[in-house]
Amino acid sequence: MTGTIDPVAEQTPAFPAARAAGCPFDPPPTVQALRERTRLTRVRLADGSTPWLVTRYDDQRALMADPRISSDVTRPGFPSPSPVRGRPLSFILMDDPEHARLRRMVTAPFAIRRVEAMRPTVQKIVDDLIDEMLAGPRPVDLVQAFALPVPSLVICQLLGVPYADHDFFQDNSRVLINRDVTPEERWVAVDRLSAYLDRLIGEKLDHPEDDLLSSLADRVGKGELTRPEAAQIGVLMLVAGHETTANMIALGTLALLEHPDQLALLRESDDPALVASAVEELLRYLHITHNGRRRVALADIEIAGQVIREGEGVILPNDIANRDPEAFPDPDRLDIRRDARRHVAFGFGPHQCLGQPLARMELQVVYGTLYRRIPTLRLAARLDEIPFKHDGAVYGVYELPVTW
Amino acid sequence: MKVTVDQDRCVASGQCVTAAMAVFDQRDEDGVVVLLDPNPSAELAEDVRNAAALCPVMAIMVEE
Ligand code: HEM
Ligand code: SF4
Repeated sequence: MTGTIDPVAEQTPAFPAARAAGCPFDPPPTVQALRERTRLTRVRLADGSTPWLVTRYDDQRALMADPRISSDVTRPGFPSPSPVRGRPLSFILMDDPEHARLRRMVTAPFAIRRVEAMRPTVQKIVDDLIDEMLAGPRPVDLVQAFALPVPSLVICQLLGVPYADHDFFQDNSRVLINRDVTPEERWVAVDRLSAYLDRLIGEKLDHPEDDLLSSLADRVGKGELTRPEAAQIGVLMLVAGHETTANMIALGTLALLEHPDQLALLRESDDPALVASAVEELLRYLHITHNGRRRVALADIEIAGQVIREGEGVILPNDIANRDPEAFPDPDRLDIRRDARRHVAFGFGPHQCLGQPLARMELQVVYGTLYRRIPTLRLAARLDEIPFKHDGAVYGVYELPVTW
Repeated sequence: MKVTVDQDRCVASGQCVTAAMAVFDQRDEDGVVVLLDPNPSAELAEDVRNAAALCPVMAIMVEE
């Protein structure tokens, strides 16, 4: 090492960047400003590498659906948020055809008709948790009392994971998606979750039930899948299935409390179409997966007269695409009546969120029920006292003290 | 309007079914798209165009 500083890297904006103080719902202003200036630029990651960052909605969508772009985290040049060991999270980090083969093994229960059939169960879970909150002490932390239990109970039932183990899998999931833990800590969490799911798959091999882990165990029995592959898929589904939705419930509630006119519209309407529209708009506006989609180029790709070379890393920060005025007029305004369905909060291309029908239905039930059953719901702290997950791969709040 | 779908490319996101339930459905075994109506009527045209625009892998082709 000579100790000289690479002048190009020094001038390159850092990514991820910090949000502005007092604007907890908006993407970092420095990243938003990049979109206004350019379609393609280099950014600097914590490890010193300088991958490309694609700023606009249209370019991001096109690239996410482009077969010349790879999700394979083991390829050199992949701009991983943290050092990786192997491929811990199954097909989310793979390319087709392997990705498609594995993904199709778990898509059946997420079909729209199957998810709709679960709606009464989710409604009951939501109603029961609200009953418990209303009967309990005030103020209460909405995250622990409501936002985390709803999707955790639902994904446990779908997968066939005992909900009694929720402290274990919630704690380890949190380590997995935290930005500020060491790679070693993250690997330990992955190993714990993998061992846990491996044990459950073993149990389902002997005693199959009507759940997704049993269907994976069945494929292991038939030799279509190895047991470690099945366990990795289980870890992916369990982690992705509860943290994201939980953050949308808590952060969505906070955003609505801070936009009382929008909250009133939602509370006073009994039109399911408005509730569905509010879900899409909150997904767009809040965009919680704020580390950007990460990819590496498999071939030279030209954008706006510049060339992303084969083997170079690409970051697609979907949060600023969802605030692109070309795609969404007046993008920084939360407006639950707009048609926001074309947002990229679930990504785009072959990796677009597998759980989105379920997440949508859960959020529709929650946003359509919580504020009607507790119409005087309000924050029990000042906004600047709320701890935000600036350090997590999934944005949200650690705690949300509320009362009524 | 004439609609075709590419089942090989489909990733079972369900977007088309939500957008136009009368035209698209999903296979029971893996959620892959099934075309119910290749010649949807004029009043469904807007929903079908939306489905095609929402499909994350461009597996829905629409000829006007
Ligand atoms: C509001 C809640 C959710 C949000 C915002 C969200 C967001 C996302 C995003 C942005 C991706 C794309 C990753 C990429 O392109 O690299 C993704 C993929 C995925 N999500 Fe979700 N998700 C949510 C809920 C869920 C739920 C409830 C489940 C499962 C039950 C789930 C399971 C998955 C899986 C398995 C993938 C990987 C898909 C693939 O690689 O083919 N997600 N999610
Ligand atoms: S929208 Fe596209 S990917 Fe999703 S189910 Fe329909 S055809 Fe398949």
